[in-house]
Amino acid sequence: MSELTSLTIAEARSRLKRKEFSALELTEAHLSAMERARHLNAYITETADLARERAKESDKRLAAGEGRPMEGIPLGIKDLFCTEGVQTTAASRILEGFSPPYESTVSQKLRDAGTVMLGKLNLDEFAMGSANITSAFGPVKNPWTPQGRKAELVPGGSSGGSAAATAAHLCMGATGTDTGGSIRQPASFCGLVGVKPTYGRCSRWGVVAFASSLDQAGPITRNVRDAAIMLKAMCGYDAKDSTSANLAVPDFEAVLGQGVKGLRIGIPKEYRPDGLNAEVNALWNQGIDWLEKAGATIVDISLPHTQYALPTYYIVAPAEASSNLARYDGVRFGLRVPGKSLDDMYAKTRATGFGAEVKRRIMIGTYVLSAGYYDAYYVKAQKVRALIMRDFNEAFEKVDAILTPTAPSAAFGINDKIDTITMYLNDVFTVPASLAGIPGASVPAGYTTEGLPLGLQVLTKRWDEETLFRVCQSLEDAAGFKGLGPL
Amino acid sequence: MSYIIKGQTGDWEVVIGLEVHAQVTTKAKLFSGAPTDFGAGPNTQVSFIDAGMPGMLPVLNAFAVEQAVKTGLGLKAKINRRSVFARKNYFYADLPQGYQISQYDQPIVGEGTIILDMPEGSRNIGIERLHLEQDAGKLVHDMHATKSFVDLNRAGVALMEIVSKPDLRSPEEAGAYLRKLRAILRYLGTCDGNMEEGSMRCDANVSVRPVGSTELRTRCEIKNVNSVRFVMMAIDHEAKRHVEVYESGGAIQQETRLYDSARNETRSMRSKEMAHDYRYFPDPDLLPVELDEAFVADLEKNLPELPDDKKARFQKAYGLTAYDADVLVSEKENALYFEDVAKGRDPKQAANWVISNLFGVLNKQGVGILESPVSAKNLGRLIDLIADSTISGRQAKEAFEAMVESGKDTDTIIAEKGLKQITDTGPIEAAIDQIMAANADKVEQYRSGKEQLMGWFVGQVMKATQGKANPALCGDLLKKKLAQ
Amino acid sequence: MSPTFSIDTATVRRIATLARIEVTDAELSTWAEQLSGIMGWIEQLKEVNTDGVAPMSGGTDLKLTLRPDVVTDGDMVDQVLANATEAQDGFFTVPKMVE
Repeated sequence: MSELTSLTIAEARSRLKRKEFSALELTEAHLSAMERARHLNAYITETADLARERAKESDKRLAAGEGRPMEGIPLGIKDLFCTEGVQTTAASRILEGFSPPYESTVSQKLRDAGTVMLGKLNLDEFAMGSANITSAFGPVKNPWTPQGRKAELVPGGSSGGSAAATAAHLCMGATGTDTGGSIRQPASFCGLVGVKPTYGRCSRWGVVAFASSLDQAGPITRNVRDAAIMLKAMCGYDAKDSTSANLAVPDFEAVLGQGVKGLRIGIPKEYRPDGLNAEVNALWNQGIDWLEKAGATIVDISLPHTQYALPTYYIVAPAEASSNLARYDGVRFGLRVPGKSLDDMYAKTRATGFGAEVKRRIMIGTYVLSAGYYDAYYVKAQKVRALIMRDFNEAFEKVDAILTPTAPSAAFGINDKIDTITMYLNDVFTVPASLAGIPGASVPAGYTTEGLPLGLQVLTKRWDEETLFRVCQSLEDAAGFKGLGPL
Repeated sequence: MSYIIKGQTGDWEVVIGLEVHAQVTTKAKLFSGAPTDFGAGPNTQVSFIDAGMPGMLPVLNAFAVEQAVKTGLGLKAKINRRSVFARKNYFYADLPQGYQISQYDQPIVGEGTIILDMPEGSRNIGIERLHLEQDAGKLVHDMHATKSFVDLNRAGVALMEIVSKPDLRSPEEAGAYLRKLRAILRYLGTCDGNMEEGSMRCDANVSVRPVGSTELRTRCEIKNVNSVRFVMMAIDHEAKRHVEVYESGGAIQQETRLYDSARNETRSMRSKEMAHDYRYFPDPDLLPVELDEAFVADLEKNLPELPDDKKARFQKAYGLTAYDADVLVSEKENALYFEDVAKGRDPKQAANWVISNLFGVLNKQGVGILESPVSAKNLGRLIDLIADSTISGRQAKEAFEAMVESGKDTDTIIAEKGLKQITDTGPIEAAIDQIMAANADKVEQYRSGKEQLMGWFVGQVMKATQGKANPALCGDLLKKKLAQ
Repeated sequence: MSPTFSIDTATVRRIATLARIEVTDAELSTWAEQLSGIMGWIEQLKEVNTDGVAPMSGGTDLKLTLRPDVVTDGDMVDQVLANATEAQDGFFTVPKMVE
């Protein structure tokens, strides 16, 4: 049945409708693939019984000709989305065993679209990381391996489980969340399409918060069309999220054939620093060439505050996180470590329940918000953030989309010793768009000499995911990228 | 009668600023759809948002915003068309999110004024600001030997924090401020002002300084005092403590203190003195609150008449004294009652009946005007019967007492007690004739100039008619007959 | 990077206390070193001229949406308490606190 796991969402959708196979068969094929690939550690929780139940329900609907837009499509859900009655951990010990009595808006929308949840996907603890090595449930392995040497690679992060599972055909697509690159960077590391829509497109309700002003959900899929299908099902106005946009959801799939003829594509010089990885640089040039050949106009642009995006992010995101994670105190849910007083219980619970990276960010966030430092760090960062936003606004007066590399390198080794700041630099190309709240996507465009995938990033202005998808489709068409087959 | 503390080194005055937390009258909480009713079972009025569950997000209650703006307008305050919710971060068992959503440097309401009517004249007390924030939950410490219990029913209930400027100079002024603020909130319908149920709570910032000085010395904050009287007592106690400390060469530490009403003393809350650093920052789950001009203008246009305006109107339209008007407008329901009674009647007489007679009874019974045993309609009828001479003032008092006792209506009581006054000249003349015949000597003395006997004659007539004779009529007839 | 930037162990202890994360004495210096490194790297923001720039606090320029004052929630004490390690008689419980 491995043939079934090779299908794209679009293909499976039409073949299910034609009843060439059942939703249950499609789900079973993925469940057995998951079983065979447990060494990747992509899933924290597998929900096989629930999946079979939902697949059967889908088959009933399909039989009755009442299939919904994604009826019977098996997906993985990042374990940051609260799922009713199914353990939701955020990959943290502090939430181990937590069973939410509610369903996140995004996962509910996917259910309402007919999808089948296969399980909850591994991630960096509280989505804090770029390699999926901070999970309390162990690191995720990238299904891609380098040619010519033996090494286990990271899948990127924080949506590492989502990317690994999608790349290894352990689901047809997966939800991710992106705070500073957590969808786009793992998509690049695993040869996938990852889309972070405009901040406000997808409801944050029921998604365990990392940094509220940055967090956005989005799809990770094996091609652009699948991402368009999935994003349409995920987004839309939600009155339960005050930052949700009350705007109509465009039919992203409908624009895919429109090409890029006449579009102006911006190439920001600040994304080509001295010492940029030569393979990444070459692939970027290749991408520029493809778009030009497809009829786009290439425009050199400047985003002058780019280099300050990462330090800005490392004030804003930890500040918000330090406050968002205060609720993990052992009182109402999650881990509790007894203490001789209330404060002692808090301190022991949080010291035991949080991993090193989470603690690091809580400490930074607490520091930058504390008395005497607020103006120097937090307010300063919010001002620089405004300047980064202004850079993009000015650029989008001249261009329709921006093309950059997604990440400064291909996937690296799980056991590579990488210092904290070098790790943070993984997000150097993805963070500016997060700060500006604009949509961004990574498309697999080529390989390193070791045969590892590399992605290119497309950015557009707020609410213009349609142009984003047009450019992504054009790149995909030109690249002819071949992903991994089923393991 | 200003408030001066006589110290050994000289006279001291007190400087007081009050922070009032008023529960906004709403059906649902500030950021969730859970109810706000008082006295429900533990944790039954809690949504996943109020419990700070992972992934939950706040959505602002539009009516709470309206209520805050209305209150601001009632305090003649500046309405900030753009305000921002911020997180106040600290850990406590009654604070499920680990932060309180409040407003910090951009509150919804800015500076305003409350006018106090003090015996020595009116005083303008400045309002510094009013902001919206969430209440915390409740902790119960006496249910278990080693555990405290947490009830989140109150967590997330909308509060207005109303901060005065340090303009108050005596416990009496502080008391008057609280009563006036409470009246304004109740007139507006934005807070029920119930201090016992905790829907209005007060923190007092107290410092002292030598009379004549304009410095602001170190203040202490007295937390959560739950009645106007206790606020006044706590301030008085705290001010005297400061004077004692200064005069014995000590210094006052800025700190939070708790008032113990049983012992009438304040004491330091050392347990809460752990270095506070609230790390305020704008709540990224919420966007700024932007009010459009028309919204504010519309609320302003539809603002009810407030105590100050009502008082002025009562003085002007009804000719009441400032004191009487003030007493009548202190509670919205009292003013309504009075206006019902005064309608179409002599307003001064109406005011007199309401203030001197009715309020005395209500005070004695410990009930409010809404539970009054005598309705406005019945009191009005009583006044009508005096006006048309059906009953005398004395009879009216008798009837009123019976009405209070029985709750029966005016006419029933008058009939039952046979309280109708005799206004017919026939029976009165007959009584006069009889008395004059039986007391020829007194008639002679009167006629020879001892006119002070008139009172005695009136008394005799009253006695003969069991007090029912109209006294004025009685006097007229006596005068006529004795002159013959 | 600013080599002069330094967060001392006393500051680390203060921050950890504020954040309610227990830190052993042995960890203090490690934390001090790590936080100094990160904050030193962040120092580069000081180069940016932000005179007259309004801080951007949210992720969006949309208008705030509000909810009507309607009771739609609550009355589910069992679900509220379901994930608590300790609960009794409808309450969450914590180690006894002295007022």
